[in-house]
Amino acid sequence: MIHYLFIVIGAVLVNNVVLVKILGLCPFMGVSKKLETAFGMGAATTFVLTLATGASYVIDHWLLLPFGLEYLRTLSFIVTIAAIVQLTEMVLQKTSPVLHQVLGIYLPLITTNCAVLGVPLLNISNKYNFVDSLLFGAGSAVGFSLVLVLFAGIRERVEGADVPIYFKGTAIAMVTAGLMSLAFMGFAGLDRYQ
Amino acid sequence: MSQSTPNASARNQTWDEFTEGLWRQNPVFVMMLGMCPTLAVTVSAVNALSMGLATAFVLVCSCALVSLMRKVVPKEVRIATYIVIIATFVTVVDYAIQMVSLALYDALGAFIQLIVVNCIILGRAEAHASKNPPWVASVNALGMGLGFTVGLFALGAVREILGAGSLFGISLFGADFQPWVVMVLPPGGFFVLGSWLLGFAWWEKRKQRLAGLQTPAERG
Repeated sequence: MIHYLFIVIGAVLVNNVVLVKILGLCPFMGVSKKLETAFGMGAATTFVLTLATGASYVIDHWLLLPFGLEYLRTLSFIVTIAAIVQLTEMVLQKTSPVLHQVLGIYLPLITTNCAVLGVPLLNISNKYNFVDSLLFGAGSAVGFSLVLVLFAGIRERVEGADVPIYFKGTAIAMVTAGLMSLAFMGFAGLDRYQ
Repeated sequence: MSQSTPNASARNQTWDEFTEGLWRQNPVFVMMLGMCPTLAVTVSAVNALSMGLATAFVLVCSCALVSLMRKVVPKEVRIATYIVIIATFVTVVDYAIQMVSLALYDALGAFIQLIVVNCIILGRAEAHASKNPPWVASVNALGMGLGFTVGLFALGAVREILGAGSLFGISLFGADFQPWVVMVLPPGGFFVLGSWLLGFAWWEKRKQRLAGLQTPAERG
């Protein structure tokens, strides 16, 4: 049991996808200007990332490994992710128009979110089993959403602050993200026994 | 800045296509695309250069192929086709790097496979290569790829010098140097890119001030 807890804590805080692993920076910088959009993007990514980790585990272990097709891993994973994104969009449109309205515009963007491809690849290099993979995927997604929302909150405040003119825009956002990353490094060691 | 007039010679236009990615629309500093490899693998100059060249190779090959197939591929499935083309070349690079140097392969980690989702490549395939003949598309892609490599090298060199006191693994300051370790850790990437952007913003503002009346809209 404690093993699972450590995987989740490790994925959310210690090895945060965005700030420590540096994956998924495009949405992190792109959709963090307003708090509401950050929430929407976080929710959509959490959903797709969790599904994608499960699906890619199944594909890797039942399709690619038995037939010795490891060289198709990158190709099959990206196609799977694109299919899941498309499927999610279609299912949401049919079953829950409200949710579709909230998450709809973020869904196509997720295909090129490198966290969604990166986490399944990390699962393989970490040699996680199915449950571990799912937990790691869900934890990473929660970590992504957490950092995205925190960053959007900080950024809304920075917009109104009196920033030196050359720093305005992306430069100050980069330094802010760097400071957050520094803060998250303080979690190091939390996912291990003493 | 070179201007392209309708009567400009073909050579001038080719040069224009080439320098677009290298300088005016630099993927790292101007377009801010493909930031994950930009920040994640630039802990040393060698890593940065190899990542940049790997991306440039995938970019040139995929753009050339996309451009060749631009009249065959139906509009509805074009994005899926581009992704499959890109993923194929990424797999080639992945295995090539594994063959050349296992140490480099371990250092770059999953980021070689993640070239697939690098927005520069899909962006160039969709915005440029699908509308231009193969030669023009390849030249433009080469410029973009080299621009990306230069951007990565600018980050990697600074981070290695500050964080390890060396460049290309050669020690610069002797044994007394206290390395600024945070620069080779993830936060350092953000700080160095922020500083480069700060420098470019200062340079742009200075240029505008010197040009006097010229408005920002008139630039390149």
